[in-house]
Amino acid sequence: MELQNWIWITVGLSFTLYIAIAIMTRASSTGEFYIAGKGVPPIANGMATAADWMSAASFISMAGIISFNGYDGSVYLMGWTGGYVLLALLLAPYLRKFGKFTVPDFIGDRYYSNVARGVAVFCALIVSFTYIAGQMRGVGVVFSRYLEVDITSGVLIGMLIVLFYAVLGGMKGITYTQVAQYCVLIFAFMLPAIFISFMVTGNVIPQIGFGSAGSDGVYLLDKLDGLQRELGFHEYTSGRKSRLDVFLITAALMVGTAGLPHVIVRFFTVKKVSDARKSAGWALLFIAILYTTAPAVAVFSRTNLIETVSNKAYAALPEWFDKWEATGLISYEDKNQDGLVQYVADPKINELKVDADIMVLANPEIADLPNWVIAIMAAGALAAALSTAAGLLLVISSSVSHDLIKKMIKPDVSEKGELIAARLSAVGAVMLAAYFGINPPGFVAATVALAFGLAAASFFPAIVMGIFSKKMNKEGAVSGMLVGILLMLFYMTKFKFGWFGGGDDKDWWLGISPEGFGSFAMLLNFVVSITVSKFTPAPDSEIQKLVENIRNPDED
Amino acid sequence: MNYKNTYWKTNLKYLVILLSIWFTVSFGFGILLVDTLNQFQIGGFKLGFWFAQQGAIYVFVILIFVYIFLMNRLDQKFKNHK
Repeated sequence: MELQNWIWITVGLSFTLYIAIAIMTRASSTGEFYIAGKGVPPIANGMATAADWMSAASFISMAGIISFNGYDGSVYLMGWTGGYVLLALLLAPYLRKFGKFTVPDFIGDRYYSNVARGVAVFCALIVSFTYIAGQMRGVGVVFSRYLEVDITSGVLIGMLIVLFYAVLGGMKGITYTQVAQYCVLIFAFMLPAIFISFMVTGNVIPQIGFGSAGSDGVYLLDKLDGLQRELGFHEYTSGRKSRLDVFLITAALMVGTAGLPHVIVRFFTVKKVSDARKSAGWALLFIAILYTTAPAVAVFSRTNLIETVSNKAYAALPEWFDKWEATGLISYEDKNQDGLVQYVADPKINELKVDADIMVLANPEIADLPNWVIAIMAAGALAAALSTAAGLLLVISSSVSHDLIKKMIKPDVSEKGELIAARLSAVGAVMLAAYFGINPPGFVAATVALAFGLAAASFFPAIVMGIFSKKMNKEGAVSGMLVGILLMLFYMTKFKFGWFGGGDDKDWWLGISPEGFGSFAMLLNFVVSITVSKFTPAPDSEIQKLVENIRNPDED
Repeated sequence: MNYKNTYWKTNLKYLVILLSIWFTVSFGFGILLVDTLNQFQIGGFKLGFWFAQQGAIYVFVILIFVYIFLMNRLDQKFKNHK
């Protein structure tokens, strides 16, 4: 059967499934809309969290980025998994015990102040919007690449689907859709990876395969290091970034993960405290399946790429090369007119440009897999983008309807009114996100790192100290959050968008990249909060009791 | 009250131990000590590289499940005492 038909069938079937789930699980109260009525079983919540977490970038781009950066790519692998340890140990159980709807809820109540709540809403909205714009773009790109529609129609189709199930189903609908989406995306990612691992190393487990030897008896990683050296690239298993920067970026991504509102809120949806711990464990397990496979895929495809193209006659390259050349993801320019492909580090001699995304997208063709596998990849990439977009959408709508309207502007709003407001703000948010997806501001790519830095610099210290220190007060928390987020915004806009005089990597403070700066801003947040709290009145006994209560296990 | 205190202290002890392991395998083995560990090899992996791209993640998963086990046991003790 034709590839296009296969793709329409798998994408159509998966969308029908998501919509059917949304109709069956639609929300009828604010509790169901915001936190699925606190009735989600831990394993299901783990899968939903994993799908929520793994975006189009994790699915399509991450393995490619690792394959071009080798060891330096480890910052994403450790950074985007290690945060779950922090979540499970330091945040999730206590926030669940607190038992409200949103992250600003916790900040506002624990720091007995609507200013703190307002600052938290501001941070939540900034973090979520920077993130969702990238996701809608991702949906558009996937549609256009696989279904041959233009990006604008792709974004619009994606918007309608998300709109339908997020607005109708709320958190309850999203959760069970995400469970289905996790299954689709992990199957789509693993299938080609397993085939390629078997093809290259004879081992069906990619995690072991990339540490084994190929058919020539040489260890794959040793061979790749050799190839990279030969062509003038850095050695694959060692990096180029400074050790300090690798350290700080990893820390910023870990702490940022633990501070992302759309991840935290997933732990509000389970029945009891022990279930919150369990779902963090399941979530990380489900995420680790993809995250330990990605570096293997990176090695297989990097080796494969070099061996297939380096110093080979352009005319004799395999068919997949021509096909992806047509999409512009690979381009070849015969600078020295010898008809061979020179793929080297030196930009003056190098004749080949390769987009990182191709490392995952072209996998099925490189491994010569049937068309239906490619179709499943398309469905998997869409599942990854849609599930993340939906989770973010919910955070935005609950920030507006619950934290802003119910808690700050109009406390006497009825539950029905609040539910309508929640749905309307979801509609508004998705339209805004779609607008940014169609007209992406130039900084979309840069802002994903921004979102982590911002979350690390603002939420994480305020939440952790709210739980682990009874003495932390509103003055300390608010000034810490403000200093953290403003400093982070300043540094990112200065070095990413050239505001405040701009500058390049030579001007970085202590050589810290903007991606790693979140760690620094977070430390400063801690220091400012603690210092300010020493000179201002401690919270009253009511708040200390609240903290005491959060720390204690279930009463049931 | 006393038992609530013990419960919290024990929890903090678990946190310190588990987070030290968390820090050691990722920031320690995967980043700060990576060059030293890369002198050793398991199969085709240099050890430091393996920790950075595989080992740390496996340990993370194990750490959370160990914490789940420890806390469930602690919750049970706490409940029995009451």
